[in-house]
Amino acid sequence: MSAQAEAGAKKTLRYVDDRLGSASFLRKSMNKVFPDHWSFLLGEIAMYSLIILLLTGVYLTLFFHASSQEVIYHGRYAPLRGVAMTDAYASTLHLSFDVRGGLLVRQIHHWAALLFVLSIITHCFRVFFTGAFRKPRTLNWHIGVVLMILAILEGFAGYSLPDDLLSGTGIRIAYSVMESIPLVGSYLAYFVFGGDFPGVDFIPRLFVIHVLLVPGIIIALFSAHMMMIWHQKHTDFPGPGKTEHNVVGTVFFPTFILKTNGFLFLVFGILTLMAAFIQINPVWLYGPYNPSQVSAGSQPDFYIFFLEGSLRLMPNWETTIWGHTISWNILIPGVILPGIMFNLLAMYPAIESWATKDKGFHNLLQRPRDVPVRTALGVMALTFYGVLFIGGQNDILARTFDWSLQATSWTLRVLLIVAPPIAFYITKRWCLGLQHHDEELLHHGIETGIIRRLPSGEYIEVTAPLPPQRAAVLAMQLGVEHNGHANGHGALPSGNGHSSGHVAGEAEATKLRRPVGPVNRARNMLEGFFFERGDAPKANPEDDEPKTLSH
Amino acid sequence: MTSSTLAAPGAGGRRRRLASAAIVLVALGLLTLLYSALAPRGSAASSSDPDVIAGRDLFVKFSCASCHGMNGEGGQRAPSLIGVGPAAVDFQVGTGRMPLQHHSAQAPRKRPVMTEAQIHQLAAYVATLGPGGPPVPDVTGYQNADVAFGGALFRTNCAQCHNFVGAGGELTYGKYAPSLAEATPTQIYEAMVTGPENMPVFGDKTLTPDQKLAIINYVKSVRSQADPGGEGLGRIGPVSETLAGILVGLGLCVGAALWVGSRA
Repeated sequence: MSAQAEAGAKKTLRYVDDRLGSASFLRKSMNKVFPDHWSFLLGEIAMYSLIILLLTGVYLTLFFHASSQEVIYHGRYAPLRGVAMTDAYASTLHLSFDVRGGLLVRQIHHWAALLFVLSIITHCFRVFFTGAFRKPRTLNWHIGVVLMILAILEGFAGYSLPDDLLSGTGIRIAYSVMESIPLVGSYLAYFVFGGDFPGVDFIPRLFVIHVLLVPGIIIALFSAHMMMIWHQKHTDFPGPGKTEHNVVGTVFFPTFILKTNGFLFLVFGILTLMAAFIQINPVWLYGPYNPSQVSAGSQPDFYIFFLEGSLRLMPNWETTIWGHTISWNILIPGVILPGIMFNLLAMYPAIESWATKDKGFHNLLQRPRDVPVRTALGVMALTFYGVLFIGGQNDILARTFDWSLQATSWTLRVLLIVAPPIAFYITKRWCLGLQHHDEELLHHGIETGIIRRLPSGEYIEVTAPLPPQRAAVLAMQLGVEHNGHANGHGALPSGNGHSSGHVAGEAEATKLRRPVGPVNRARNMLEGFFFERGDAPKANPEDDEPKTLSH
Repeated sequence: MTSSTLAAPGAGGRRRRLASAAIVLVALGLLTLLYSALAPRGSAASSSDPDVIAGRDLFVKFSCASCHGMNGEGGQRAPSLIGVGPAAVDFQVGTGRMPLQHHSAQAPRKRPVMTEAQIHQLAAYVATLGPGGPPVPDVTGYQNADVAFGGALFRTNCAQCHNFVGAGGELTYGKYAPSLAEATPTQIYEAMVTGPENMPVFGDKTLTPDQKLAIINYVKSVRSQADPGGEGLGRIGPVSETLAGILVGLGLCVGAALWVGSRA
């Protein structure tokens, strides 16, 4: 580049900077640091799914007709030729069979929708089980919960648009759930559908909800979600040099931006491959919606499974008061239960901070085992959700595994009540057990698998010391004082007063490696692929003197 | 009978009584003759049709008689076969559901134990047990029936149990509507007219023969049709799609996240 051109470029940049003040912002932003951990990318999967959904969705709107107008199909798909259907369904068939790339884009859009909600849920697990939702990020947790609900709503609206037999069945259920609300239910359903089910107003309305209203809110809230992360900075796991007041990781430019863009293309590639090879939502097989028809094994998309399950598992309770029927059989599983579930999810940070009296700022994450009660509560909630999730597929499961449908439903009803407390207990004990293991590791060092016989005839197990960095991190995670010695002698509960198990000499200490079999060797190779070798536990001759113990 | 006849039994009265007994006897004899003349073939033992004789042997040899009774009269464990007709025999034995292997909620489809000729003989024998029941249908030319109309009829009458493409579905207490993947056109027709297991009978007034052929054409063509979108995942709807979404979609993305997120 000539000096003249360089001067020109500088002049242009200055022009922009003088008017926008963007240089300092850019400088700050480009040097922003993002921590490295694979689980921090789960939310990014959702972000990229959203981008892919927007791109493919725009293409689909070019060909989809959001209309309940009845037409006779004369397109390419022979088994439906001459059948009366809505224009919405006919245009979906046209889009699938006659538009170039239409089916592929439709399938990318649908797989991306599944991945969008799946990754939001997984991202929520990560945030929950690591305590990332704690102050100062509670507000962002609320936004996340709203985003999750909106994503589910958006998915439901999306797969309902083609007006096929399967999705029409889902809309029918949604209509009935609205009707089940006491006093206002019928009016509400009439209001939403513009009259009795199915009517001609609903599909155009649903289209506006799906392509404008909900995506608009999602994008706005998603931006707020991102800006808060940007402002509050990302959380990180405890590690060498990591404190509550710093962020250790890669800089935004060029490293992080390259990685994250690469990840966008990976997600796009995965979704495109899925769409190319795995069929999803074959509306032409379902047929057009007709209120007099229904198919066996009618299921919603997976994010509605839990609602479907709660409806299927609910006993048939109804009360009649002054000539009005209150359908508890729909009201409880369709309205009250999801209301409670999402409210509990949203309120959890407040509940935890109230119960633990913890009002402090937290930028460092916790491992699930470090907070056994939270982890156990989370697993308990997930078990409840899981039973409902399975309940939504009870007929398919019964058919697939040759169970009785009644036996399946009753088993699930019992499990819905019994399994969550059991899951709570097991998880809590499991976390405490892992904590004990960590404490043992901290105090006793790593097992080498070598058994020594002492001159006195006693057998002892030889342990190798923990690298000091790892010991420090472990102590931080366990919340215990650590004296800096990985295997401080004084801290050792010496079993029988023996300390004769010392291994003499540094040379010998280097040999103190646990013998590895083929499975562990493969695992070590994989570990080297995924993680830097530095923090892997291994005997280090430069560390403290190796320590042996008799148990 | 009046009290006067009892009070004064004379010679004329005795003769009258003898005469009426003779009339009854003659009438009975005539009835018997009429019955044997008009009744549809007597018992199989007296039949000279070789198919019927062979069919009766099969009926005993394959232990049909152990549940349905020596004369197909049925019992506590099995229904009567009197008047079921050849189509029912052809369907039950041709799909391997009969002879039953064990008692369960429903007889599963399995490899038939009899040859087609044997099934024909058995059907001939069962037909001698009593009149009635639909014959084995003729489905030739079903490919010419209106497939789209058949699809609409299928969704109205069949899909609520058999799923939208006949992949099957669950019913109550371990019973189920089986997959139509292996069902032949004749068997589908037979099922509609005989109503096996929990299936209702779709008589000719419910679905005309032409409509039945249209349904068969739809089932056969949709079963053999390729999936334009890739792997069809059993065509059972969102459950298998969910499994693929979690295992393949989320699985690969998390794998990619592990890869991207670890190499600093």
